[in-house]
Amino acid sequence: MAIFKSGVIFEGVDTQDANAWRLAAYEARGGYAALKKILQGAMPQDEVIAEVKNSGLRGRGGAGFPTGLKWSFMPRAFQGDKYVVCNTDEGEPGTFKDRDILRFNPHALIEGMIIGGYAMGCRAGYNYIHGEIFEAYEQFEEAIEEARAAGFLGNNILGSGFNFELYAAHGYGAYICGEETALLESLEGKKGQPRFKPPFPASFGLYGKPTTINNTESFASVPFIIRDGAQKFLEAGKPNNGGTKLFSVSGHVNRPGNYEIPLGTPFSELLEMAGGMRDGKKLKAVIPGGSSAPVLPGDVMMGLTMDYDSISKAGSMLGSGAVIVMNEDVCMVRALERLAYFYHEESCGQCTPCREGTGWLYKVIHRIANGQGRPGDLELLDSVGNNMAGRTICALADAAVFPVRSFTKHFRNEFEYLIEHGKPLVNHKWC
Amino acid sequence: MLSAQSLAKIDREVAKYPADQKRSAVMAALRIALTERRELGQTPDARCLNADVIEFVANYLGIAPVAAYEVATFYNMYDMKPVGQYKITVCTNLPCALSGGVSAAKYISEKLGIAIGETSADGKYTLLEGECMGACGDAPVLLVNNHHMCSHMSPEAIDKKLAELK
Amino acid sequence: MLEIEIDGKKLTAPQGSTVMEAAHSIGTYIPHFCYHKKLSIAANCRMCLVEVEKAPKPLPACATPVTDGMKVHTHSSMAKTAQAGVMEFLLINHPLDCPICDQGGECQLQDIAVGYGKSESRYQEEKRSVPGKDMGPLVSAEEMSRCIHCTRCVRFTEEIGGFQEIGMANRGEFSEILPFLGKTVTSEISGNVIDLCPVGALTSKPFRYSTRSWELSRRKSVAPHDGLGANLIVQVKQNTVMRVLPLENEAINECWLSDRDRFSYEGLNSERRLKNPKIKFDGKWHDTDWETALNYVVKGLNGVSADHGKDAVGFLLGARSTTEELYLAQKLARAFGVTNIDYRLGRSDFSADALRQGGEWLGLPVAELSQLDALLVVGSTLRSEQPLIAARLRQAARKRLKLSVVHVADDELLMNVHGKLLAAPQNLAGALAQVLKALIEIKGGDTAIDLSSVEVSAEARAIAQSLADGEKGAVVIGALAQQLPNYASVYAVTQEIARVAGGRFGVLSDAANSVGAEAVGALPKDGGANAAEMFAKPRKAYFLLNTEPEFDAYDAAGAVAALKQAQTVIALTAFDSEGLADYADVLLPIAPFSETAGSFVNMEGRLQLFNGVVKPLGETRPAWKVLRVLGNLLQLDGFGFNSAEDVRAELLAVGSIESRLNNALSDVRADVSAKAATVRVGEVPMFAVDAICRNAASLQATEHAAAPVALLSADLYASLGEPTEVLLKQGGAEVRMGARVDAGLAAGCVRVAAASQDTLALGGRFDAIEIKRG
Ligand SMILES: Cc1cc2nc3c(=O)[nH]c(=O)nc-3n(C[C@H](O)[C@H](O)[C@H](O)COP(=O)(O)O)c2cc1C
Ligand code: SF4
Ligand code: FES
Repeated sequence: MAIFKSGVIFEGVDTQDANAWRLAAYEARGGYAALKKILQGAMPQDEVIAEVKNSGLRGRGGAGFPTGLKWSFMPRAFQGDKYVVCNTDEGEPGTFKDRDILRFNPHALIEGMIIGGYAMGCRAGYNYIHGEIFEAYEQFEEAIEEARAAGFLGNNILGSGFNFELYAAHGYGAYICGEETALLESLEGKKGQPRFKPPFPASFGLYGKPTTINNTESFASVPFIIRDGAQKFLEAGKPNNGGTKLFSVSGHVNRPGNYEIPLGTPFSELLEMAGGMRDGKKLKAVIPGGSSAPVLPGDVMMGLTMDYDSISKAGSMLGSGAVIVMNEDVCMVRALERLAYFYHEESCGQCTPCREGTGWLYKVIHRIANGQGRPGDLELLDSVGNNMAGRTICALADAAVFPVRSFTKHFRNEFEYLIEHGKPLVNHKWC
Repeated sequence: MLSAQSLAKIDREVAKYPADQKRSAVMAALRIALTERRELGQTPDARCLNADVIEFVANYLGIAPVAAYEVATFYNMYDMKPVGQYKITVCTNLPCALSGGVSAAKYISEKLGIAIGETSADGKYTLLEGECMGACGDAPVLLVNNHHMCSHMSPEAIDKKLAELK
Repeated sequence: MLEIEIDGKKLTAPQGSTVMEAAHSIGTYIPHFCYHKKLSIAANCRMCLVEVEKAPKPLPACATPVTDGMKVHTHSSMAKTAQAGVMEFLLINHPLDCPICDQGGECQLQDIAVGYGKSESRYQEEKRSVPGKDMGPLVSAEEMSRCIHCTRCVRFTEEIGGFQEIGMANRGEFSEILPFLGKTVTSEISGNVIDLCPVGALTSKPFRYSTRSWELSRRKSVAPHDGLGANLIVQVKQNTVMRVLPLENEAINECWLSDRDRFSYEGLNSERRLKNPKIKFDGKWHDTDWETALNYVVKGLNGVSADHGKDAVGFLLGARSTTEELYLAQKLARAFGVTNIDYRLGRSDFSADALRQGGEWLGLPVAELSQLDALLVVGSTLRSEQPLIAARLRQAARKRLKLSVVHVADDELLMNVHGKLLAAPQNLAGALAQVLKALIEIKGGDTAIDLSSVEVSAEARAIAQSLADGEKGAVVIGALAQQLPNYASVYAVTQEIARVAGGRFGVLSDAANSVGAEAVGALPKDGGANAAEMFAKPRKAYFLLNTEPEFDAYDAAGAVAALKQAQTVIALTAFDSEGLADYADVLLPIAPFSETAGSFVNMEGRLQLFNGVVKPLGETRPAWKVLRVLGNLLQLDGFGFNSAEDVRAELLAVGSIESRLNNALSDVRADVSAKAATVRVGEVPMFAVDAICRNAASLQATEHAAAPVALLSADLYASLGEPTEVLLKQGGAEVRMGARVDAGLAAGCVRVAAASQDTLALGGRFDAIEIKRG
């Protein structure tokens, strides 16, 4: 069960209350005050964007791109439809925060999207939701209806003359649709195959129209920023790392769940909040930002704080904030094999290096894991990875390579041992 | 080909998109078609998508049948192969595996006497392995018939769930 | 213009162009698979990765826009490493079956692998195997393990073909190219995917396994079917045409071929080819030598003209003969004193002949169709009549062209259609009159045609508006309209529309050499009978050049009856057909286009020369030689030619082809009144336009060549109680056939294909027809 600390998005949300997601509960928590502030006080579009810029909010979908800056890329003068799109296609292994936003606080997202739509002059918004959380999709549709009934959506919202529509769409089992241009293709009713950029969505997005895509958590942070001010948000974190952030902690901890904590909190504290290591085992390794982020040895992690800069300096990424914790019983070859399987399974297939490379990586790692490794396999993995990374349309190929590089770097001895002896150094057991 | 209710649901999806972008509704339309077939289908073959339904959906939305087929086969959750009355998909990706995902799949497999990827002889159950469902904190997790997520599936919880799925 | 540098060479490139285009402009080759200049950019194969200074990673040349000051390196170590890396990935799952692969020797993968790959494979896992697919009788998709997922074929069907018939299903490594479940590929231009496929995954089904590409010699030629005159590469081995490929010509066929032009060559090698002269006596056919046969012909012609006069002889000339043959045939007839000469077997209305001032042609260059703002196509089953014109217009209609049609059926054109007006054949002129009237209302002006009874519909107004608005506009008449019993009226109104709109006007010439036939005067003059009259008032002798009238004539039954009663029917033909065997008494084997030198004039008036690509089959002779000898044997003057060039020089001496083309009529007359009737719409199917196609086995195996069914307009279908079978009656003959509804067909029409064995008993293609539940 998810456990929340105080923060931007889950402040005051009682996850035990079956009605916490409803409009009434949201409004009681101060919801839609930001939207009212903008529309009734007529806060101009530029000011909204400036406020988001000042908050230091960085995209919570993985890349950490400054949200305010992204919003400012939307062509102001463009006549015709523009769109905001929310990315709730949360499929990065280890990440499960956006689902909880939909489950417990969907109106924060709705309000954030309306504000975004207002700031960027959009006609409509779509939230693209991971197919596997279909129940959350259905509930989100209900939340939209509540908002529409209350006059927060539709024509002439709150008498301001601003018109905005919001719809939910769903995926149906394709990780790649989390990539923003694959998501747009999917929204257009096609296979989720990423588009070559440029052009970027801000000039050629949904239906070829200017479009801004943000992660669920990014949008859901916006009402707080507008209502309580950029400064307050910024102060909740640390410089260049504004705000609190949701961390999805999974793996060998006692209390897996989502933790909304200030950026810059030491990892050791987060681990403690999550109840510490399960069964008192030793911490071996942590993937700090979702499966695509490079793995770090446990002792390195214990010296880091949870923010973009600190994790990046240590050679990994904060990514989506998915913290996968592994104890001493994990055979790192087996763990990597499972991830390599995932990327092979999920490659969209258009780029040659990704389509062929993900399969090759998996097959070699699978071989090694089963005691069939050959001398030279680690060099081969490295070389195949080099031929993939940075050579494709989207970053999935890179995402597939990062784990391979980091696992074979930090835990090389386990790979070498398996290749040499045909049996693992660590006797692995999935619990 | 599809019931009036299903068509009404598809129409509601079509209405979400600009008038010249009906194609956008194909994901939902295929899901609605599949759901209807699952609910009405008496045999595993009758519960999955087939050429006729896909072509119907394509024509309904005014797109090429092969374009709808591309979509139906690109996304994992559309059943293109015969499927049991209860399709159980267990997440075995790394985060879940660290918290019992693989064991849960194994437990179900032994209990139902079918391997992963198989359908039971009576056509009741299909067991599949899935990729990350975005619910790793609740591991082990599984999906019943695509839309119903079950969390914390310990052996006892699995026993209870299977008893419900009769 | 932007200044850039590629491999140290400075050049300028237009804003918005890509590195690939810039490289091509200076002849720098960058390896690629998915990129194709006529298709959208996919950037998925990643073969074209190059180094761009200041970019941290290699970029795909095909998709990267040039920027000012950009410096590109296509051969630096970064570029070469990237290219070699991609090549390795492409090969790991590619079967090592080059020795048995049809693409061997002309495979882009093979070529590029040699230049950009490594020699040894580091991939030691099992290779992927992908099941073959059935794409129909023309395109083989048997070896799909060879596919490199470039998606050119998918993009072709969607973008050029207009309908996505091929898709890439599944995901990632499991992606597979396929048609929809249980469907094949039916586009009229499907064969182009074979050329587009850079490997041996999609190959030509008729050609497969027949030979190795390097054993073939390549000869240029010109397609002999429709009026476009697509340029061909004919590939030959041991005096046999083995394959036909497009010869790129941007002004005509771009880089494409229609399936008709690509696969018809099988007909050239068919069993039905006539190999030696034959004479019929005692009701039986006898092989003979040329001398005997030619003397027989001379005797026959002299005999008939002595007994019955010259008017008892008719010359019917196929419009797919060469210009030289047509010229000589009409010269022979005229020198012999016969004026009954016509190439227009498929037509029924000759009432405007007296008003004509020159030959019919397109009225503008083909390439200019792509630049038009507005185009009205009148009475054309466009995709089947002119497959590549349709493809060209499809691209134009994506951009600025507003394309409208006035037609008998709402056929799927697979392109954006601006305005559409439907009418039964006999009311087509009336429908056009609406457009004319609307146009005059919009633009002002006047016409001699009486439009008082015409009511303008909204559709007609929309069409007129587009023609009035477009700076460059045109109106063209298709083959269907050219056959109508009221063609003269259709023609006159169309001409008026073009005049009032200030646009170009012409016809989509039906056959490969219709314009050549017009230019050399393969027409009745000086009181001669036209094609219809030659049948309506049967002659004693018929001289057939390269035509099978039961398939080519407007009224199949009438034509056959006339031929059967004749004293002699002389057929110069490359094929020994059942029909000819029945009504002719002498068959002279003449060379098809592939076995003789000659020329065709395409619809835009372009004279295209070609040489024979193989030696004539058996005793076959080029028709120009046969005609020359006949001229001599008939003791006529002026038949001393030594070559086809000699013939051409003589026919061009009196003036260029262009100087003889003129679409304008000297007077405008048209009947635009409405007429109620049940009328047949009797189109010639796409692959039945001539004997070469009719004898091409693979084309005949496609669904376009399936046995005809009667397609009923919705009103007829309903009034007959939704029949599954009907009885059709025309001119005393009855034919029973399966029936279906064609919801797009104008009211009161039955669509029953002509030029089909099953419908030969019927009469005029667009005449009244009786229909009953069968
Ligand atoms: C393979 C791949 C998967 C991704 N998956 C997700 C995802 O599940 N959710 C998400 O928000 N962003 C995902 N992204 C990042 C998005 O492309 C995009 O950067 C993000 O949605 C932008 O939102 P933000 O600026 O608010 O972070 C993914 C990117 C890649 C390359
Ligand atoms: S990198 Fe992989 S997932 Fe991304 S577009 Fe290319 S093939 Fe698809
Ligand atoms: S040609 Fe550029 S990526 Fe294929």
